[in-house]
Amino acid sequence: MAALQLEKQRGRYAALAIAAVVIVVGIPLWWKTTETYRAWLPFSEISELDSLQLQLSVDIEVVFSRGTLTPEQQKKFPLSHVNEKEHQVDAKTGLRYKYETRYRTATIMEEDALNQPTAAEADLSLHMLSESSCGSVVVYVIPESSTLLPEDVKVYVGQRRTALLRSPPFKTSWNLKEVLSNLDVEVEQVVSTMSFGHQDIVAALSNRVRMTKVTKESMADSMRAIKSSPGYEITFSLLNPDPKSHSLHWDIEGAVQSYIQPLLNKLAPIANFSVDSQILYYAVLGVNPRFDNSVSAYTLSADSLSHVINPVEARLGSNAASSNPVLNFLLYVPDAHHSPLFIRDHSKRKVPSNAFHSPRWGGIMVYNVNEMYGPEAERPVDININMAKVMGVFLAQLRLMLGVQHTHPPTGFVLQSPGSAGLADWELDRLLWSRSVENIATASTTITSLAQLLDQIGNIVINDNIAQQVSSAVTSLQSAVAELEAGNLAFALQYSREAILASERAFFDPSLLHLLYFPDDQKFAIYIPLFLPMCVPIVLSLLKIVSEAKKRRADKQAKSD
Amino acid sequence: MNYCNLITIFAFINLLVSIPHGYSNYVETKAGQFFSSGHTNNWAVLVCTSRFWFNYRHVANTLSVYRSVKRLGIPDSHIVLMLADDMACNYRNPKPATVFSHKNMELNVYGDDVEVDYRGYEVTVENFLRVLTGRLPPSTPRSKRLLSDDRSNILIYLTGHGGNGFLKFQDSEEISNMELADAFEQMWQKRRYNELLFIIDTCQGASMYERFYSPNLMALASSQVGEDSLSHQPDLGIGVHLMDKYTFYLLEFLEEVHPASQANMNDLFKVCPQSQCVSTPGHRTDLFQRDPGSVLITDFFGSVRKVEITKDTINLTSPVEPPIKRSGSSDIQIESLTYVDQLPVAEIIHQKPKQKDWHPPDGFILGLWTLILLVFFQTYGIKHLKHIF
Repeated sequence: MAALQLEKQRGRYAALAIAAVVIVVGIPLWWKTTETYRAWLPFSEISELDSLQLQLSVDIEVVFSRGTLTPEQQKKFPLSHVNEKEHQVDAKTGLRYKYETRYRTATIMEEDALNQPTAAEADLSLHMLSESSCGSVVVYVIPESSTLLPEDVKVYVGQRRTALLRSPPFKTSWNLKEVLSNLDVEVEQVVSTMSFGHQDIVAALSNRVRMTKVTKESMADSMRAIKSSPGYEITFSLLNPDPKSHSLHWDIEGAVQSYIQPLLNKLAPIANFSVDSQILYYAVLGVNPRFDNSVSAYTLSADSLSHVINPVEARLGSNAASSNPVLNFLLYVPDAHHSPLFIRDHSKRKVPSNAFHSPRWGGIMVYNVNEMYGPEAERPVDININMAKVMGVFLAQLRLMLGVQHTHPPTGFVLQSPGSAGLADWELDRLLWSRSVENIATASTTITSLAQLLDQIGNIVINDNIAQQVSSAVTSLQSAVAELEAGNLAFALQYSREAILASERAFFDPSLLHLLYFPDDQKFAIYIPLFLPMCVPIVLSLLKIVSEAKKRRADKQAKSD
Repeated sequence: MNYCNLITIFAFINLLVSIPHGYSNYVETKAGQFFSSGHTNNWAVLVCTSRFWFNYRHVANTLSVYRSVKRLGIPDSHIVLMLADDMACNYRNPKPATVFSHKNMELNVYGDDVEVDYRGYEVTVENFLRVLTGRLPPSTPRSKRLLSDDRSNILIYLTGHGGNGFLKFQDSEEISNMELADAFEQMWQKRRYNELLFIIDTCQGASMYERFYSPNLMALASSQVGEDSLSHQPDLGIGVHLMDKYTFYLLEFLEEVHPASQANMNDLFKVCPQSQCVSTPGHRTDLFQRDPGSVLITDFFGSVRKVEITKDTINLTSPVEPPIKRSGSSDIQIESLTYVDQLPVAEIIHQKPKQKDWHPPDGFILGLWTLILLVFFQTYGIKHLKHIF
């Protein structure tokens, strides 16, 4: 009996010991060895970024030339004034525009510069004097009676960041405040043309904000311009459907160097560009042009243009190495039997540029060569393509594609053509504003949705490189927002570019596929057949110990009673 | 009588005058309609998920949709075609290099210029989800990626064997409707589509679109939950069923659509009613913003580009500079190019075995040993331990 008791005692101790080992050693060991590695992410800062409050600051300088103000009114100069406007775009996004305006009178050298015969020359000499910083606007107010601007022109916007504004009529009896408030309306118009308008900024936020109320024009604008991307590829293609008749020569390298490269160099802070070119022979348009007797030429109507692109696109080569968006510019020389070929717009009028473009894809230009040779010329005819004309059209199309918005300036405004650089400084500033805002909006939504995904799926492994990318994206975003607030546009763009690169790299990391990580019910399905057979004897023996102890206590109670 | 004549002539002249005006209005509205759909490019992801010769019809399904989509204008660079098995070059194909969609071998949907992006065993759930969400390794070529943006309309077509809430891939794994819905949500978060049309031709296909919750999705399925999608007709020459009923009638419908057609989604919903299909096709449009009657078939199946006339040009006056001559090109020695050693034999032969990191025994081993120890103690008791050790 005693031996049996001893056995039972030993059995009890054995069971307890095993249970102790399993619980104290086994379970923590199992937990430690099966936990997933999740590097630390700044979740609190990311949730702060979810609600975006952007402040855009513009530096405006208003310079009054001689003859616009009386000495009385000029006494208080130089004067500065800050104007702030707030817009709440939606629950999580708010915008604040801060216009810091400085008023002063013109210096002697500026007066000399303004004395030039034409506005263009005045603009040029004003540039020689000073260099305005990126994102700022300088407005020179000239007397109402000045002959610098033509009669009906109120504002002349130059190639850099200056504008000449004809002063609205002032009464000499007004004090400075009235003068300035009268002028404010005009200055605001100039600034919204040269800097940014509210619609443009809201369109740039389209990644964050569901667009419900947009004007048709701004939707067309947002559809036309290509999305912000770290790099773009531009491909120029020459389509020659009739090599038997035409032997075409185009100096594409020189043309790109002279005309396109200056624009791309100026746009270097925004993205990287790579340019290539190709020649396609026996490439036909997908549409048959119709012969129009009235002009004895072949015509393509505007409706059929949309079907032209697809058959051609299938044959265009592209650089397979990168995933950057491609902009195609095609030059089509019609074959000898279908020359000359003209494009007609919706009202059946001839299009002077003989070119059309498709948003986010590129443009096509038709170049007629039938006038360059007579019927007796020996086939194939050697033809040199006039690259200046061609590049003029392609440059205009490229500007549209890249989002240099086709600003519809208010009446009375004259915008100086950008010339050889291809892009005026203030147009670049407009692009920088909208790109910075777009990059910040996209990067913030990417980071917040990534954080949400990683939070939701508790067992995705977060590697160190992802954590590092996320942290650098968060810091770049915060710096970009701060720089925008301070008004340093160039730095803001740079930080926003870094933010978007880092956030995209983190979001699209191949290891973040939630398919690869097991949901909880699958985990149970795996562990139960392994651990249940082991746990059942342990639990049963523990229960038996407890019930025996209870019985003994009950017996003792009964005995003592 | 005179007045009558005058009035008729007047009315006739009026009519003549108003017709061109009406036509220009029509042109204006068509032009306006171009910007009503909000997309600028089209993509298509076509997936066939079954292998083995007797699933010929699934490959034929996918290739028919591929053919229609190409015919209506989407280029190969914008189509991701995933075929889980190669029927055209299968040993059992009596007509090699062809895949027919109609008995009597009327229509060869394989054709001459099929570009398959994911073939054979590359068609897995993981690759499919990677394509959709964009989480591909950096070495993936452009043709295997879905490079859509926020203005892309995407058509996704899945076919194969499925069940209530899942679709079977390669006879060995499955994708659930929840995973698909999550993938679409990931796409929406990154604005990888403007609108998405999801078509599925499997048994109980409607269960696959039940769980969608992202906006701008429209879905069509060939059968409801609890119903089977049936195949259409066997070909006695080839020996297998050539197409599924739903896709057969879908192909018939699409053959009548041309790039300028105005057929809309309501016509697509009527394809293959129960009398023809035996199963009841279903569709889901509650997540879609626009009215299906205003959505053109070519918005998803074709690629009708929006086109604008270029009105402004830039006057370039400076002459073309000659391209910068690369200086000293004759002095630079071009180093001769060689191929990388394809099989570095020397390295392999003299390779030392890789040091594997030591891992503590995992849960399974621990559990197994605990079980063995338990059984041992149970049977023998502790007092026998000294006999063993």
